[in-house]
Amino acid sequence: MSVDQKFLEKKSLKYRRTIIEIIYNSGAGHTGGSLSCIDILNVLYNGILEITPNNFTNIERNNYIHSKGHSVEALYTVLCDVGFFKKEDLNTLNAFDSHFIGHPTKKVLGVEHNTGALGHGLSVAVGLALAKKKDKSKKKVFTLLGDGELSEGSVWEACTSASKYQLDNLIVVVDRNHLQITGKTEDVNPIEPLDEKFKSFGFNVEFVNGNNIFELLEIFQKVPFTTGKPNAIIANTIKGCGISFIENKISWHHKVPTDEEYRNAIKELDEKLIKYE
Amino acid sequence: MNDIGKPNLEIFADTLLDQAKINQNILVVTSDSRGSGKLVNFGKELPDQIIEVGIAEQNLVGISAGLSAGGKKVFGVSPASFLTARSIEQIKNDICYSNQPVVLVGISAGISYGQLGSTHHSIHDFASLRTFNNISIVAPADNFEASEVIKASVGYDKPLYIRYGKKPMMNIHSPGTNFQIGKAMTVSEGEDITLVSTGETVQRAILAGEILKTKGINPTIISMHTIKPFDKDIFIKMAKKSKVLISIEEHSIYGGLGEQCANIIAQNKINLDFKILGIPDEYIVNGSQADVLDHYNMSPEKIAALSAQMLG
Repeated sequence: MSVDQKFLEKKSLKYRRTIIEIIYNSGAGHTGGSLSCIDILNVLYNGILEITPNNFTNIERNNYIHSKGHSVEALYTVLCDVGFFKKEDLNTLNAFDSHFIGHPTKKVLGVEHNTGALGHGLSVAVGLALAKKKDKSKKKVFTLLGDGELSEGSVWEACTSASKYQLDNLIVVVDRNHLQITGKTEDVNPIEPLDEKFKSFGFNVEFVNGNNIFELLEIFQKVPFTTGKPNAIIANTIKGCGISFIENKISWHHKVPTDEEYRNAIKELDEKLIKYE
Repeated sequence: MNDIGKPNLEIFADTLLDQAKINQNILVVTSDSRGSGKLVNFGKELPDQIIEVGIAEQNLVGISAGLSAGGKKVFGVSPASFLTARSIEQIKNDICYSNQPVVLVGISAGISYGQLGSTHHSIHDFASLRTFNNISIVAPADNFEASEVIKASVGYDKPLYIRYGKKPMMNIHSPGTNFQIGKAMTVSEGEDITLVSTGETVQRAILAGEILKTKGINPTIISMHTIKPFDKDIFIKMAKKSKVLISIEEHSIYGGLGEQCANIIAQNKINLDFKILGIPDEYIVNGSQADVLDHYNMSPEKIAALSAQMLG
């Protein structure tokens, strides 16, 4: 698929604007993590996955499981843009009786699996990838995990099965933003050497700048890296990426912008957007 | 009636194999549990329809959910104790909340593992799973129920948990009887006293009934194979014409069949004398399944004696 890199870069800026706006308006959300993974979701949904409202009920298509469920604002933003629901619906985020709750739910069209508790998505993705192998399908299953999430033992249980069943149609993307709610991942509970861990579990591992559209497009088009092996992509990202005063700040894990912070964030994004007009 | 059949677990495995032979969409997921689940033959005959995840119950449930999302009819089979405790969050989120119609099969349930002790007992499974929205819970009493529930489960469109024990079970129902998930089965209809039970303790209720008959007492005996959704209609009908009701279960006295009965009795103005028999809140006594059930007042003799005493 040929996708215009500049077009996607502009989309990322717009997505960041929407993320900040819906978190600000709804009074809750996971700001830092949504901003770190938004470029990954942008490239997947606009350049790789070919998941649309029209084919969503088909079994024979690619799948995406949002294992780091707390970064739901990023997912909802992209799903809205690719046509799963209207912006007015998204604006009900966190409102009483809205389907748009603070973690992904299948009540929202386009969401494939209910997540939120960590360490669940990879096993589900393994099951989906295995079903595709049984069906002799060439389609792929992508899942995005947070780096803090990797302390969950169930993640590594799932890795053993992915390797055993040679799921080269499975692509595990780690949003490696190096921060979690308490602090730096390497202080809270070290997960390095991460590439060696995945390799020892039978994965082919690649690194990518997870906030670089070009690199993301390139890496996702390369999978499977090796026939018969599951794929891990360690996407180095910046938590809060794209808004200077949010970047790399532990406090922005699920902080909601104040009025002033909101205005400053939008101003900063709009100044960047002008360059793409 | 009262002839001894096979272990329900064997019936489960035989029925599932029959179903899977005619339906390639059926997959079984095991956690080093195919021997315990009597699925060795299944693995030999249908190697492409069994997935082995090793000793990793959380992964078993998650993968089952994913396979189900991928269009497969999945039976996740693992010892009830580990399946419903170790992987309870996967059951809660990936199966129930995500509405994947996976069949979770808890093998060697209750206190089937006997002397292996509390780590291997599942006397919490009804209680914990009952609180999850969207899952049905079944404990078959005899070979007939054990087989029928598997046949019904293939087309069941909701999450389902079925627990099986290991000991040969008395044949209770005649072939051809109507079985439906969510519909209790009346084994015998009598007067004054109702014994309601589920799973492997139903046969104990029946044997207690036989003792009572020698004393001129005819109890109503209900096999409440489905713990959820609970068959309130038949329960209320039988309870309303009884003076005494006893619930009997291979489960904690908390949160299982007995407390479900108490709930309905209390909320429906049913006036009767009621007792819950089950495993009390204590460090469980060591023994075989039969010894433990006997110890906790669930021998046919003790159930009969309690019934007679309550009738006065």
